[in-house]
Amino acid sequence: MWMALPAFLVYASLYLYPALSNLLYATQKWDGITKPVFTGLHNLSYLVTQDDLFKKALGNNLRFMLVVVIFQTAFALLFATFLLKNSKTNIFLRIVFFFPTILSSVSVGIIWTFLYDPNYGSITAFLKAIGMGAHAPLWLGNEKITLYSIALTQVWFHTGQMIVIYVAGLQQIPKELYEAADVDGASRWQQFKGITWPMALPTTAVVVAYTTIQTFRAFDLIFAMTGGGPSYASEILVTQIYNNAFISQKFGYASAESIILVALVLFITWLQRKTLRVNDGTK
Amino acid sequence: MYKVLRRSLLSVYAAVILVPCMIVITGAFKTDFEIYTKPLSLPAKWSFANFHKLFVESNIARPFMNSVIVSAFSVFFTLLFASLAAYSISRLMTVTGRVLFLLFSLGLAIPGQVNIIPIFHLFVKLHLNNSLLGLILVNIALTLPISIFILSAFFKDLPKEMFECAGMDGAGQFRIYRSIALPLSKPALGATAIFLFVICWNDLLYPLMLITEAGKKTLPLVLIDYKGEYFASYSMQFAAILVASLPMVVMYLFMQRTFQAGLTAGAVKG
Repeated sequence: MWMALPAFLVYASLYLYPALSNLLYATQKWDGITKPVFTGLHNLSYLVTQDDLFKKALGNNLRFMLVVVIFQTAFALLFATFLLKNSKTNIFLRIVFFFPTILSSVSVGIIWTFLYDPNYGSITAFLKAIGMGAHAPLWLGNEKITLYSIALTQVWFHTGQMIVIYVAGLQQIPKELYEAADVDGASRWQQFKGITWPMALPTTAVVVAYTTIQTFRAFDLIFAMTGGGPSYASEILVTQIYNNAFISQKFGYASAESIILVALVLFITWLQRKTLRVNDGTK
Repeated sequence: MYKVLRRSLLSVYAAVILVPCMIVITGAFKTDFEIYTKPLSLPAKWSFANFHKLFVESNIARPFMNSVIVSAFSVFFTLLFASLAAYSISRLMTVTGRVLFLLFSLGLAIPGQVNIIPIFHLFVKLHLNNSLLGLILVNIALTLPISIFILSAFFKDLPKEMFECAGMDGAGQFRIYRSIALPLSKPALGATAIFLFVICWNDLLYPLMLITEAGKKTLPLVLIDYKGEYFASYSMQFAAILVASLPMVVMYLFMQRTFQAGLTAGAVKG
């Protein structure tokens, strides 16, 4: 058992201990400099009942999650069915689609800040070229759409990763099922509905769970693109925790918010497991 | 019908991935005016001025080295500690082993990012802020749970008989770990290493919080700085992205399979 000791020491002191001390911080009013004042559950109750910015970040976080999960999972499943066979072209395309995953969120954020640039960006240029220039919105400057623009970037960033997960899952489905369906004259859509979708459900559960976690961790991307703006339109919980703590110096308050975040992530994970009925026996 | 649809959707998607990449790669060698007017064409004249500026004026070599040091040490020690722990958890299924596994699983459930505040204050107290060692320690702590998870699943699948034979021959547990378990798990270790390397190389949140000294900054941090400093020059930003992504891209070209295995292992098991 001594072999587990180094891992345990680092993990206990730099993961478990901080996670526990978060609970303590959450009950304090503290600016990081003067002595912390114990305020009990005040931070939590203020957050939940009175902080409109918190509600906004929570709403943004959930909308961002839903949009990314739905579109990314749908695209990934669609393209995985296209790239199922291990032909040379398919393997090459999987390599291409997977590529953005290895980049840093900051690089991706900068690239898309350029693409979205209202004056010089390629998307605007493209829209002008096809005669839709007048309709080009301020992708990152318009409060109503900023969050969705970033969601699109996130989908561009990680769909390839999910395609690879789906391909591995779909390749486990016995070919005989499709052959039998062919004999019965089932159409492609019927085969998808009757075989692929139900058989891929465990993989879908994994993809959805992983995508969800990624959306809660989108701090790097959002920080690089908008910093949460304009006027909090793209603020999610982690960016708000960061801002409350390190910009506004409200450390106790931000800790309370992180506890809500943990609870939320645990709840959503539980909910997904229940609805997608994953049996862990399949790994 | 299906074939036409499949082909056109695949082409559109390939273009959506490749066109931005081409804009960035060629853009780094162009003038800003060229990027705006002809984003897709090759540079009229290949210019290395941006790279010269990055290396000479901005000294991007420094953050590059910092990123290399932080990533290399983080990955090495995470793999070492995680493989030791995973071995003892999966091969010696005692009560302690199970408790340990549960504890580490907790780390999978709690997103590491919620620890930013306590880690910040702890590190200020210990003078581990503005230090590469601090970043390395954070990286190890944050990536241990998932690494242990991936590796212990792998160790459990290794044939038991091999370990039992070695045990009978009188080899101690560490010896079995070193001369049987590790060599047998090279593919899993490689995939996990890539997975960890991508995380450490690309991380922004913890460096952003812990590092303020210019000499200690890592690449994602200086990319953010350049975004502000050279906000009017996308060609400079593109050049910096090329420098920062180069090691990953080169490794990816040679080891696509390991990358795909590594960057999806975390999902499948987590």
